Amino acid sequence: MNKNITPPVIEIGIIGWLKKNLFSTWYNTILTLIGLYFIYLIIPPLLSWIFFDATFSGTTREDCTSSGACWVFIKQNMKLIIYGLYPSDELWRINIAYFLLTVSIIYLLIPNLKYKGFVGIFLLGIFPIICVFLFSGGLGLENVETRLWGGLFLTLVIAGVGIVLSLPIGIMLALGRRSKLPVVSLLSTIFIEIWRGVPLITVLFMASNMFPLFMPEGVNFDKLMRALIGVMFFSAAYLAEVVRGGLQAMPKGQYEASQAAGLTYWKMMGLIILPQSLKIVIPAIIGSFIALFKDTTLVLIIGLFDFLGIIQFVGTNPDWLGFSHEGYVFAAAIFWVFCFGMSRYSQRLEKKLDTGN
Amino acid sequence: MTQETMIEMSSVHKWFGELHVLNDINLKVTKGEKIVICGPSGSGKSTLIRCINRLEEHQRGEIVVEGTELTNDNRSVEKIRGEVGMVFQQFNLFPHLSILDNCSLAPIWVRKLPKVEAREKAMKYLKRVQIDDQAHKYPAQLSGGQQQRAAIARALCMEPRIMLFDEPTSALDPEMIKEVLDVMVGLAEGGMTMLVVTHEMGFAKEVADKIIFMDEGQIVESKNPTDFFANPESERTKTFLSQIL
Repeated sequence: MNKNITPPVIEIGIIGWLKKNLFSTWYNTILTLIGLYFIYLIIPPLLSWIFFDATFSGTTREDCTSSGACWVFIKQNMKLIIYGLYPSDELWRINIAYFLLTVSIIYLLIPNLKYKGFVGIFLLGIFPIICVFLFSGGLGLENVETRLWGGLFLTLVIAGVGIVLSLPIGIMLALGRRSKLPVVSLLSTIFIEIWRGVPLITVLFMASNMFPLFMPEGVNFDKLMRALIGVMFFSAAYLAEVVRGGLQAMPKGQYEASQAAGLTYWKMMGLIILPQSLKIVIPAIIGSFIALFKDTTLVLIIGLFDFLGIIQFVGTNPDWLGFSHEGYVFAAAIFWVFCFGMSRYSQRLEKKLDTGN
Repeated sequence: MTQETMIEMSSVHKWFGELHVLNDINLKVTKGEKIVICGPSGSGKSTLIRCINRLEEHQRGEIVVEGTELTNDNRSVEKIRGEVGMVFQQFNLFPHLSILDNCSLAPIWVRKLPKVEAREKAMKYLKRVQIDDQAHKYPAQLSGGQQQRAAIARALCMEPRIMLFDEPTSALDPEMIKEVLDVMVGLAEGGMTMLVVTHEMGFAKEVADKIIFMDEGQIVESKNPTDFFANPESERTKTFLSQIL
């Protein structure tokens, strides 16, 4: 028997890979060449517009003399883009929240650290409460009306509230829909189907314009709050169906083994069924979160200036007319960073939770 | 000498839709008794033992387990499930938990044992089924025979007074059947009350106090092993035995 036989050279290494994947037949060769040509057409001009020919320093539009992008526009409006119209003297409150959020997330992303559970509880349980007081005031802090909230800050508030609250609500709705109690099941189903049947734009319109009509005179609550509730239930209805898919993928044996061991319904769900079914649907859950994050841009139509909205808004400033390309590219890049981050996190989570079954 | 009655089923009936899966079942199991239930597929043997811990609901008749009657009252069901351990054909280990966590989960959450104590107990029973060296692996990393032994250890960790086995070796490769049967024989010798649905007639001969033959939802024959194999009365039992022996 030949023990030390090496693989044929043609199939290994870069050349082997190129040959096998890009130049295997004459038509694949043609497709590869056409593809390369398009890359050549698009990438170099794009790179020179964004980096090589771009203007990075300066303070006014007079400094924008190069042929590429003028990032001075973004730089000069950075405060609006990140904080909206939040009062300048109170920006430290948002900065504290940004800081706590960043530190907690970095902590959670570093592998093998202790007390991650506590950091998680802090992030999901205590941090939001701190944020409520920091952002809107109270406990000696000056009140800041939500109509002044905007920019990336507002986007993160809406997406954060939506993500953190819609998952538990979605799980409860999914369990409710599969419940043996007919009333619970019916109510959950009706709730899910109504919210899923309506476009988010309609939900926001209802929350912003119609809802006050139904309330008694003098009773009113914050427009942002109404939008948040709308986004939250909208997302929860979608998540409920995602989670239900995971629940349905569970073999009956898992229920039976839990019951035979004497676990009650909630313990069975919490310890055995949900951990497994949520694991199955992690990609779909993160997909929903990404969609929610991007859908927050729709709040513009009810007069809230989120990240994208404020970029459009500063683009209409007479001092900066004609720089909307830079604005949109910047917005796209930031959205992409957040969404790609979530997507990578989803893959990491899947790998980490994989137990080989 | 009167024996303590562990399970008593009287005139138990059950239907799946129109299908009469259990037809007038009367069965008394005393402490330490080992009962093997056999019969063709669809005869209701699995359904019978699944009624004992309420994985299936019976519709008529009465089932009393250790003095507690099985009713729709959740408390009676929970009490009985705490006393009765079950081993399934497909093992049904929890794939997201290590073998050790599989075994200590119910003692911690149902019996409210402290974590350390529950883990010690789990290791004790894993040692007994000889897979204590696999305690930190996940179910998918174990062979079928090892998984089934882990499932037995998991059930034993609740220190049940009765053990139900639903075709515990049917899903196993032939070379792994013996390691599982050996564990079950050891358990039987320790005096556990056992109801075993199986086609392993060698096991039945060796440990059973009584063999029950079921067909079409009825108990057709109920005898000690010697009589069961030597003088089966009913034609159906004879046909069945001729097919599997």
